[in-house]
Amino acid sequence: MTPFSSVTGPAAPLLAANVDTDVIIPIQALVGTGKDGLGGQAFARLRYRADGTENPDFLLNQQPWRGTPILLAGENFGCGSSREGAVWALMGMGVRCVIAPSFGDIFHANCFQNGLLPVRLPMEAIRRIAALSGANGLTTVDLERRVVIAPDGEAIPFEVDSRKREALLEGLDDIALTLRHAESIAAFRDRAQTERPWQ
Amino acid sequence: MPTMFDRIWDRHVVTTLGDGWDLLWLDRILLHDLSGGRALREVAERGLRVAEPSRVFATPDHAVSSAPGRTAATFPRGAQLLDSLRRNCAEQGVRLFDLGTRENGIVHVVAPEQGIVLPGATLACGDSHTCTNGGVGAVAFGIGSSELTQALATNCLPQRRPGTFRIRFEGTRAPGVTAKDIILHAIGRFGAAAGTGMALEYAGSAVRAMSVEERLTLCNLSIEMGARVGMVAPDDTTFQYLAGRSFSPKGALWDRALADWRGLPSDPDARFTRDETISMADVAPQITWGTSPEQVAPINGSVPTLEQARSPAESEAWRAALDYMGLEPGQKLAGTKVDWVFIGSCTNSRIEDLRAAAAVLGGRKRAEHVTAWVVPGSEAVKAQAEAEGLHRLFLDAGFEWREPGCALCVAANGESVPPGARSVSTSNRNFVGRQGTGSRTHLASPATAARSALEGAITDPRA
Ligand code: SF4
Repeated sequence: MTPFSSVTGPAAPLLAANVDTDVIIPIQALVGTGKDGLGGQAFARLRYRADGTENPDFLLNQQPWRGTPILLAGENFGCGSSREGAVWALMGMGVRCVIAPSFGDIFHANCFQNGLLPVRLPMEAIRRIAALSGANGLTTVDLERRVVIAPDGEAIPFEVDSRKREALLEGLDDIALTLRHAESIAAFRDRAQTERPWQ
Repeated sequence: MPTMFDRIWDRHVVTTLGDGWDLLWLDRILLHDLSGGRALREVAERGLRVAEPSRVFATPDHAVSSAPGRTAATFPRGAQLLDSLRRNCAEQGVRLFDLGTRENGIVHVVAPEQGIVLPGATLACGDSHTCTNGGVGAVAFGIGSSELTQALATNCLPQRRPGTFRIRFEGTRAPGVTAKDIILHAIGRFGAAAGTGMALEYAGSAVRAMSVEERLTLCNLSIEMGARVGMVAPDDTTFQYLAGRSFSPKGALWDRALADWRGLPSDPDARFTRDETISMADVAPQITWGTSPEQVAPINGSVPTLEQARSPAESEAWRAALDYMGLEPGQKLAGTKVDWVFIGSCTNSRIEDLRAAAAVLGGRKRAEHVTAWVVPGSEAVKAQAEAEGLHRLFLDAGFEWREPGCALCVAANGESVPPGARSVSTSNRNFVGRQGTGSRTHLASPATAARSALEGAITDPRA
């Protein structure tokens, strides 16, 4: 996993609610391909026109947003399918942090598995940042200090699960952590087998 | 006074990790072709093995053609995925229900049908509609690829306990109202994010009166309300459904299991984080008009006007959805011309769904301009339907009778609804491009879909 400490960039406002993972990465891009190389397919249906050329109306095709590490989003970002390809595709296009009022649960979990930081802030704070964002309006997200610094210098604190925060700062994944509990797992397994052998 | 969800969760805590996190034991892990092969390979690449191979079941469904007489090779890109699934299952000793075998089908149709998911169990699968399996009273949830690799390698997952949200459906449903209509109505009322961070429990007299297949449909759409888990308390209906299935316990073990399962339901005084009641008197057949399942209306109703939106942002979202769908604000839904009809998916592809769809055909033919597909959820459903002669009724009505799989629910198998075409679909997502680039999806029940195919337009199945 890629560690995360802080990022700075012009925060791109994609504020529609319920942006689902089908929109973030079409399933067809995930049949038979690996994790890498998905960046070009992120938001494919919005980013490209039917003839395959870039759609100049799509925000992330415009300056200064192209390639920004920070997205501002609406309610329920990443709802829908469990496809982790949504996270791989966002990271592939350079996104390291999404700030939204709420996230789809599975997408939220997938973010932490890969080093993409999902930050929950109230919609009005997000609108405030959006209004100030631009080539000269940079936003910083600092995980160490748990704060978003808006383009005007306002520091907006956010909450993040301490377990996930540490894992992200250090780039650690869960397998190694879980395997540390091998003894408890073995004991649980034996007990469950006796108590509920049908399961 | 625990809820059923908390009771089952507590039983599966291997150890607490602090900060609200638990290490959760998994009774079952399900794999499919889209992510199963890769997850197994990643376990091996880490120098590990699948911790509990006998708890893992794999079935190809997402990227397999549904064309009559198909083989793996019919969709070559899917064949590569299936190849990888086959090889890795063999290496790790994982049971695979291969294409064409009796147990093959859509993962969430197969698991209950084969008795793989049981009341009180925990189950994880790399697919968001894993919540379907909660219909028998299990805690079943979808996970991403990384979590799937971890689950296979350790048979556990670090998870944060969600809140609980109970929806009681009370009263008797009107004729023509199906489980699909009931859950779409609930999503419309509470919104696509209402269940975020929650485990849903569906209760009330209308749920008690439902068959297990209807409960599976109800639970299937939990994730469309944002909830990873949806469940219905097990009862005699559940036990009768599970008795004698391939992987259900047998003999003395069944009796022990049954005694345990009877103690699973939420206590009468259990407290839920959120508790709501919906009266069946308020629920009519539903159809979606937009690009989120919450954008839904009674089938004899209209698309809302933009003034009805609760905020400027919602009004903007509605306008974008209507533009995409080719609909006008305020227009009547019934009578809208339909090009495609899809009866299938883990929402509505079980035998009762196919019976309900067949029952509205009445010897008539589909409208000339409509392409109508019936894709049974599994080989077992297909065999049962053919034994009952349902396939004949569909074929005589000009519908295609196809092979089991996800097919037009997700369009990952080379099949898709063409750009601009309007589809009435019994699946669970009407997202932009879900059934194919530019496709326009209206979610509805099997009866509504079948009737709309006959009329060539969105039609109230009661009309
Ligand atoms: S039928 Fe659709 S929703 Fe169900 S598992 Fe397949 S793709 Fe997912």
